[in-house]
Amino acid sequence: MDATPINAHSGTPGEPIRANYLNVNYGLKSWLLTTDHKRIGILYLISITIFFALGGIFAALIRLELMTPEGDVVSSEMYNKLFTMHGVAMIFFFLIPSIPAVFGNFLIPMMIGARDVAFPRLNLMSWYIYSIGGVFTFAAMALGGVDTGWTFYAPYSSTYSNSNVALTAVGIFILGFSSILTGLNFIVTIHKMRAPGLTWFRLPLFVWAHYATSLIQILGTPVVAISIVLVALERLLKLGIFDPKLGGDPLLFQHLFWFYSHPAVYIMILPSMGVVSEVIACFSRKRVFGYPFIAFSSLAIAVLGFLVWGHHMFTSGQSVYAGMIFSVLTMLVAIPSAVKVFNWTATLYKGSVSYQAPMLYALGFIGLFTIGGLTGLFLATLATDVHLHDTYFVVAHFHYIMVGGAIMGYMAAMHFWWPKMTGRLYPEGWAKFAALVIFVGFNLTFFPQFVLGYLGMPRRYHVYPPEFQVLNVMSTAGASILAVGYIIPLIYLLWSLKYGPAAGANPWQAKGLEWTTPSPPPPHNFERTPVVTEEAYAYESKPYPEEAEVV
Amino acid sequence: MSETHSVLAHQFDDLEQQFEASTLGMWAFLITEVLFFGGLFTGYAVYRSQYPLAFAEGSLHLDYRIGAINTAVLICSSLTMALAVRSAQLGRRRSLIGFLLLTMLLGSVFLGIKVFEYSHKYHEHLIPGINFVPPHEFIRYHVDPQQLYVFLSFYFAMTGMHALHMIIGVSVLAVLVVLAWRGRFSSEYYNPVEVAGLYWHFVDIVWIFLFPLLYLISRS
Amino acid sequence: MDQGIPLFPEAASTMAGKVDALYFFLVAVAVFFAALIFISLTVFALKYRRRSETEVPPSIHGSTPLEIAWSVIPLGLVMIMFAWGAKLYFDAYNEVPPDAEEVYVVGKQWMWHIQHANGRREINELHVPVGRPIKLIMASEDVIHSFYIPAFRLKKDVVPGRYATIWFQATKPGRYHLFCAEYCGTGHSKMKGWVTVMEPAEYQAWLSGGVVGESMEAAGERLFNQLGCNTCHRADGTGRGPSLVGVFGKPVRLLSGETVIADEAYIRESILNPNAKIVAGYPSPTIMSTYQGQISERGILQIIAYLKSLSKEERSQ
Repeated sequence: MDATPINAHSGTPGEPIRANYLNVNYGLKSWLLTTDHKRIGILYLISITIFFALGGIFAALIRLELMTPEGDVVSSEMYNKLFTMHGVAMIFFFLIPSIPAVFGNFLIPMMIGARDVAFPRLNLMSWYIYSIGGVFTFAAMALGGVDTGWTFYAPYSSTYSNSNVALTAVGIFILGFSSILTGLNFIVTIHKMRAPGLTWFRLPLFVWAHYATSLIQILGTPVVAISIVLVALERLLKLGIFDPKLGGDPLLFQHLFWFYSHPAVYIMILPSMGVVSEVIACFSRKRVFGYPFIAFSSLAIAVLGFLVWGHHMFTSGQSVYAGMIFSVLTMLVAIPSAVKVFNWTATLYKGSVSYQAPMLYALGFIGLFTIGGLTGLFLATLATDVHLHDTYFVVAHFHYIMVGGAIMGYMAAMHFWWPKMTGRLYPEGWAKFAALVIFVGFNLTFFPQFVLGYLGMPRRYHVYPPEFQVLNVMSTAGASILAVGYIIPLIYLLWSLKYGPAAGANPWQAKGLEWTTPSPPPPHNFERTPVVTEEAYAYESKPYPEEAEVV
Repeated sequence: MSETHSVLAHQFDDLEQQFEASTLGMWAFLITEVLFFGGLFTGYAVYRSQYPLAFAEGSLHLDYRIGAINTAVLICSSLTMALAVRSAQLGRRRSLIGFLLLTMLLGSVFLGIKVFEYSHKYHEHLIPGINFVPPHEFIRYHVDPQQLYVFLSFYFAMTGMHALHMIIGVSVLAVLVVLAWRGRFSSEYYNPVEVAGLYWHFVDIVWIFLFPLLYLISRS
Repeated sequence: MDQGIPLFPEAASTMAGKVDALYFFLVAVAVFFAALIFISLTVFALKYRRRSETEVPPSIHGSTPLEIAWSVIPLGLVMIMFAWGAKLYFDAYNEVPPDAEEVYVVGKQWMWHIQHANGRREINELHVPVGRPIKLIMASEDVIHSFYIPAFRLKKDVVPGRYATIWFQATKPGRYHLFCAEYCGTGHSKMKGWVTVMEPAEYQAWLSGGVVGESMEAAGERLFNQLGCNTCHRADGTGRGPSLVGVFGKPVRLLSGETVIADEAYIRESILNPNAKIVAGYPSPTIMSTYQGQISERGILQIIAYLKSLSKEERSQ
């Protein structure tokens, strides 16, 4: 082992350098062959940041084009490819892996007092599978892109499109297995690797949320995998599955696709909800209000989420009675989400609230998720959906959930656990400023799109009638603010790696086993297996002793 | 690298925990596989209800005798796989290797017969997208060739996906043979054999569904 | 065009006002709950802000009555939304008035072909009279399209391989946007046009003006003879196939014992896939060959119009 300190990770000069997961060995090989869940989390962090940047650039070009009603920045083909690749990069390569693969990987073993996940080599393999899927998709983009929309609706995707559908499909198919294996690893880890005394109802809600997410990953992802394989087979071998000209039925594709892709929305949002529960409790210094209700609402969302896919098809020509059943089930899925929002709000009551950056992001999450959820009701209601389906209202709604919800949660997690992961504190002032910029930019970008949607502007339009321009210009202005908001954290977080002050084990005085380890944590997390004697978020009790109890 | 040679991986406290974890992991994976094939079976069910005659006609173009032989081969392979797991539990290395090799052999026989069947379809011009020509000699029902095409598409998609799983299974068994050869397994530690067995039985069960759904629709 | 920021679309059909009323109810509920959450968050965050680094707030685990309240009240509200929305949805998609005038629409990358019963054709334009129900029978030649008129709050996907029907009744003369709302390839955003709502008299004048080719029925009859349908489907019922006079819109007994209504979808299926539903008394498999690939979606619609006229004649006799 190399004993030279890279950064003064801990303590005062003269103290011996403590082994942690970052300095235990060096070199590219030690990272590429690592089975340490914490290093794998970091590998994912780097990979998904690349795709986030890529997806962001596509989004910027889309917004630039939509500044004017005419098609003046890019051609129609190019525009269609841009929104497709924006969706593919952001959904499959950023949002779905984001919190689970980075923070779930890093934190779940630590939160449950384990040395690693159940299958560390499988965990590394998941990252390689992600990367191989990424390479295929990258290649598809570099060789001219794909223009089907991220939804790959047949028969356009299987027969009519002239772009790299098959290569992208292969990329997403491969990627799917990364998601499945991560989910599988978490389920087994949470079932079998909990520390003594850590019963299910003492688990942090972050772990509950990831358990629900993992269920969706292993149950839903294989269905989209096979659907995409069938599209590729129809395209390459002319098998007759979805194209009516070959005897198939295009609606079958929509059923199979949304059977996964609606629950996939919950893969993206549930982990963020887990993050918010942790952050709200810590910065209110209080137990999460109604812990069992939040825990079970995650499972309820996961289960109900599988029964509502048909609400993407109200106008497709499926039977009106099927539409009614899907509508009523969709209404039911709103209830567990509402329960969570109310419980988080109630957690603040009589708390000791402080406004560090993670808390600002978490509060932002609650506000924006509330708007996203409420506008979802407009789309679950049949008659309004007939008008709003495939308009900018839908675009605004899911960006409130995905960006306002999932990415706000991701940013909260990033700031909350950054000191744990790196041993460094980020600059608080800049972080608060960035949170504010993101919040303002986000609302300016997406709120006008609700109005555009009710006015009737269809989504995926390269050119649009001139009366929609004012609102589109507002949206583009907001997007440029939002872009700045995302660039600031990238800079100060990187800066803090070298210049940030040392964080110490528990800068937030937070509860949870991960905070009982030094920052950055040692290679196997705990010197001795911790024993848990209290419920999660017992902020009223004494802080953890310096050394966890010994088995 | 040291932990790969001892049977207890560092993240586990004891062998029992490790055994339970890997078994649960495999069951979770099999649930994923059920959903994966579930997509195909759903598609099959939709079109069979839409084109019942074409599916009946299509099944007449498949040779049920070959399908039956393959079913028998796979059932035997499940038996030899179960015997391999038992040998591993009892710590009998030689019979473990023997039964694993026998299972691989039966799996390969299945795949060989499948290749023969596919090539036969090629000669009959019944491969969608490659050389499909509507058969001029209709045996029982006069159906729209388009619908026969859909049946054959599902035949190849489903059996092809199943064959891919068989190939993966045979490869996994090959790795196990090497590990068993090196003496990695004992009566205390044999869970790789056990979970591979679960996978193998699962792939067999898929075939048990495929055989009647594809070959036996209009046989009575 | 209005100056400033448009906030609300024009409402020009009988359905538009009803959908707007529901929309306002949804907006009211959304604003109420959003305000409730925002105000509570703000008040709690300010009132209970951390005053000293060492303070330890009281421990509160939760409250079951509150949990029940904030589950049951929203549940009641969303059930109202569901029921209200479902009622209007059913009216919009299923309850076509029997006297609706039929217009045939074919979507194709990237234009809308529209043909009126009297044969008048238009592309990316739809002229309709005010105050009369109009039924659109829509098909696609290639990929999925979606016929969308925001001012009517009406949209329906046009999926290849099947018919989509919708109806509306315009209430206000004017020109309104017509969009394709389902992404359909490169020219998707150019697959749009105008719906012109006219006074009835004006509409009649328009309908008979311009270059009117043969009517839908006449074209259908020509096609019926040209493709040789008439050799088997003789009007007097002596042919090898059933007579099609007076069949449209009536129940048909099938060989399988089922009874189906001879609607547009049934006629289309029987032309493209004659074995699917064989009329009782005729051989199975049928001797009729498929017309898949020999007839366009528009041709099928013309034959349907012709068969409809055969039913109307019979009724009027």
